Amino acid sequence: MARFQKPAEGTWTEHYPELGRGLVSFDDSISPAFYEREREAIFKRAWLYVGRVEQLTRNGSYFTKELPGVRTALIVTRDMNGIVRAFHNVCRHRGNKLLWEGTPRDETRGSARQFVCKYHGWRYGLDGACTYVHQASEFFDLRKDELRLAPLHCDTWAGFVFVNLAREPRQTLREYLGPMVGALEGYPFHEMTERYSFRAENNSNWKVFSDAFQEYYHVPPLHTHQLGPTPEAQNPEYEFEGAHYQLDGPHRMVSTSGTHKHHWPAEHLYPSEALTRSGSTGPWDGPDLGATLPGVNPSRIPRWGIDNFQVFPNLEILIYERGWYVTYRYWPTSHNTHVFEGDLHFVPARNARERLAHEYAAITFKEYGLQDCGTLDGTQMGLEQGAFRSFLLNDQEILVRHFHKTVGDWVDAYAREQAAAPAR
Amino acid sequence: MSDALLPQEFAELERWAATWCLATEPERWAQRMRSSMAELRAFYDAFFPRAEEAIAHCDRFPLDDMPPEAERLFQLLHSLLMVSYAVEVWKQPAVVHCGSARIDRVLEPRP
Ligand code: FES
Ligand SMILES: [Fe+2]
Repeated sequence: MARFQKPAEGTWTEHYPELGRGLVSFDDSISPAFYEREREAIFKRAWLYVGRVEQLTRNGSYFTKELPGVRTALIVTRDMNGIVRAFHNVCRHRGNKLLWEGTPRDETRGSARQFVCKYHGWRYGLDGACTYVHQASEFFDLRKDELRLAPLHCDTWAGFVFVNLAREPRQTLREYLGPMVGALEGYPFHEMTERYSFRAENNSNWKVFSDAFQEYYHVPPLHTHQLGPTPEAQNPEYEFEGAHYQLDGPHRMVSTSGTHKHHWPAEHLYPSEALTRSGSTGPWDGPDLGATLPGVNPSRIPRWGIDNFQVFPNLEILIYERGWYVTYRYWPTSHNTHVFEGDLHFVPARNARERLAHEYAAITFKEYGLQDCGTLDGTQMGLEQGAFRSFLLNDQEILVRHFHKTVGDWVDAYAREQAAAPAR
Repeated sequence: MSDALLPQEFAELERWAATWCLATEPERWAQRMRSSMAELRAFYDAFFPRAEEAIAHCDRFPLDDMPPEAERLFQLLHSLLMVSYAVEVWKQPAVVHCGSARIDRVLEPRP
């Protein structure tokens, strides 16, 4: 029995007829050639989320970011005028990676008045201008004033810093995000500055992991333990239904009712849930964020629990009713490997009890996330085996369907543009 | 002068302190993975009944300014929650169905 009303067409999928309802190919997740096209068509053209403004606490703060799938390393900084900028993390002189600690592959952060290259000591201001060339008189036709780090298009929205690797992005960041994601603009993300960050190197295509987080159909069978210790709760045949699905351009979202465990009697809880008053949907005693939360629960479902916004191509923003949020990012490193980043954001704990509630939510995230990661090798191996060339997606998997269609559309559009471009 | 690590009200937990007063998640995770279920259960059974009291004790101090004994008790509480998944949920140290997956916590709030 359906618990939530579906659209007039009868299903969510048919509400968006351009999706079709047929079998879906995942060749886009096993092909090295497709991966090469995807890098150009998507990762070099879409706006990519690289970090929060809170990571740049003051003028001179910076962090570096690796985007291995597009062979790009970035410096993101807040310059001396407070402007957030992004540069290729590459020295103008002979191409050395400019900022790194530990090894050049490790990301780093800090604060500086200038950037100094380790190799021959050239220096740059935080606006990217070269300020010092070692033994300048030895060079030929040197015009130091014109030497700069290579800038990238960089913009912020709601405190999320995005970059775009295109020479000229076709849309501004706001145009790109569209009305559905854009409506979150006034959500108090900036208050949630206590951050737990997780990283995993996974043996699957980046989209295969994203798929696992844009449907909840898998939750009862795979995360059987999640609902609680009782046999009734641990029912792998429990039927999940998303309350509301919505598509907007390349982006998509689902609202769900969540578990609302703060209303559950103690015998249905794990002892540590009751102790910490926290768990998979976060601390039960969340902060008071005020009555109106812009953009969340767009269809006003009763007993709302979680919004899951999938921002194309590789960002997920999960907003929980108890006043915290999570971001996921999936960075391809080859056609069948990727780096996953998960960041949990809370309003800072004011005391030990609140911190332990955050800690238990962060522990819980990793425990169940390991189950999601654990299936990945198996899915990738299964897809690569080629036993089946297309697969069945149900109405609760509409976002998976939309995601792969969007990826295909972007790759096709890029191919058409390349074909139409005058030969050089 | 005693060489107690924990506040004296929690003296009975001293024998766990050397193993489980760990400041970071990677250390606590590694300790859980190299422990036997018998060890995890013994720690959990000894500490869980007093956990509420331990939280109340830590809450007497500012989060960023606990005396060393309370701070170690706070670390022990973090370890209790880490161990709770093995004892309450999975009945084994590792996550059920995690395959060869690994997720590293690379940043966490301090204090
Ligand atoms: S490569 Fe940076 S100063 Fe030479
Ligand atoms: Fe999952």
